[in-house]
Amino acid sequence: MNPATLYGLLACALVGIGLYGLAARPEPLRKILAFNLLGGGVFLLFGVFARRGAGAGFAGDPVPQALVITGLVVSFAATALAVALALRLRDETGDAALDAGDGKAE
Amino acid sequence: MTAADVFTVLAVAAGAFFFLAGSVGLLRFPDALTRLHALTKADNLGLGLIVLGLLPQVDGIFAALKLVAVWLIAQLASASVTQLVVGVIRRDGEGA
Amino acid sequence: MTAPLALDAALALLTLGVAAWTVATRQNFAAVIGFVAYGLLLALSWQRLGSVDVALTEAALGSGVTGAVLIAAVSRPPRAAGRAAPPGPRVRLAAALLSALVALALAALVLTPPEPAPSLAAAAAAHLPELGLGNPVTAVLMAYRGIDTLLEKIVLLLALLAAWSLAPDRFWTGASAAWDGAPPGGALTLLARFLPPIGVVAAVYLLWVSADEPGGAFQGGAVLAAMWLLAMMAGLLRAPEAGSPLLRRLVAAGPAVFLAVGVLGFALPGGFLSYPTGFEKPVIVLVEVPVTLSIAVVLGLLVAGAPGRPPRKEGQS
Repeated sequence: MNPATLYGLLACALVGIGLYGLAARPEPLRKILAFNLLGGGVFLLFGVFARRGAGAGFAGDPVPQALVITGLVVSFAATALAVALALRLRDETGDAALDAGDGKAE
Repeated sequence: MTAADVFTVLAVAAGAFFFLAGSVGLLRFPDALTRLHALTKADNLGLGLIVLGLLPQVDGIFAALKLVAVWLIAQLASASVTQLVVGVIRRDGEGA
Repeated sequence: MTAPLALDAALALLTLGVAAWTVATRQNFAAVIGFVAYGLLLALSWQRLGSVDVALTEAALGSGVTGAVLIAAVSRPPRAAGRAAPPGPRVRLAAALLSALVALALAALVLTPPEPAPSLAAAAAAHLPELGLGNPVTAVLMAYRGIDTLLEKIVLLLALLAAWSLAPDRFWTGASAAWDGAPPGGALTLLARFLPPIGVVAAVYLLWVSADEPGGAFQGGAVLAAMWLLAMMAGLLRAPEAGSPLLRRLVAAGPAVFLAVGVLGFALPGGFLSYPTGFEKPVIVLVEVPVTLSIAVVLGLLVAGAPGRPPRKEGQS
């Protein structure tokens, strides 16, 4: 087993943990955290393929690396916006839950 | 293994031992203040030993200076953060 | 099992443990700290995979600035309203099974990769001498896939606008109130006086050296944002008004310069975002400097959050 495969399996496990956290935790902030865990796993999977594509004297294929850097910045922007939304939701409804099906937000 | 490599292995191992000691202190000490003490003292010394051990492995004076700068900045940050945590503990009590 | 592989296995297990703990722990603050640690461990994994640029970005953006946003969110005093009920055991079992299924499917993909491994490394290396760059990742980001970087800058801008628009109407174009009334403690003020000069030099170095070594505009911008946030948190600098013209010009400078260079590319063979032959490196530097400044300002503003104070009127100090 070479290091790339090992990290690939780690990435799959992280994706699984992130998905479970996204589904199982009701508060928005915990869902955002789980989503970021999931994102980290997906990016690591890109990294594994970058490592496998090493050549031309580089330690890794530069195109997936650049894609991941772009992805990290976009994922941060999405997280910041999601956090702002969650905080505003909490300020408006006074409720930390996501399932505001009881019409608290008037 | 040259003499420089032996020195590196010994120094980095000693640094890792101090990090381990700091972590043991974090787990075993009774309250927050003593845990902070264990963390800052042992971890800074551990980092210093690791940096010392890595110095023979770099080529060029600038890389060596960068390593030392990393150690100094880490010390500054860790000392300031410890002071801030202690301030919060003082203000809010334990378990804040 | 060789020593480096044992190290990788230990790192992988540790990362897995921290991720599981982040999902399972009850306290929100502890979960955020776990997430920051997870980001740093991921940065180590990236370095082991040979992608130093991505390791820097993960540590600076994925773990550092994202952690700052999340810590700012969980340290707000919680409302006394009811907590949401966690889903029942059947839902959790179903979620666990489905997540495990997805993870296993991905693992099957990882264990049966295509041979030989597809790679664009040779294609990326082919044009590096013309660009005058030594770092292929910078070449991909700024030259081969410049359109992606331009769009990413605009995504950051849009996220900032959206976060600002979440403030109540009376606070529009006001300043963030996140650190109003922060008591300037001795240690924080010392850190905020001592570290920013070092941080600014480090940020400029990260940007300048990205031509040939790992680094980049995003990493440098994140370090600059961190220094600015430190000064604001210590009370040495006031949070800027969202309506301030200088702030808006700084935020728009990066995408605007990039877009202008792109539109000027229409005059050259190759169309949008093509660089003039022989001037690639100066144009890339010309674009990267405002991009770094914009990133720093936008990241700082996103951490500071939506405006929490009405804008200061003219004539008031």
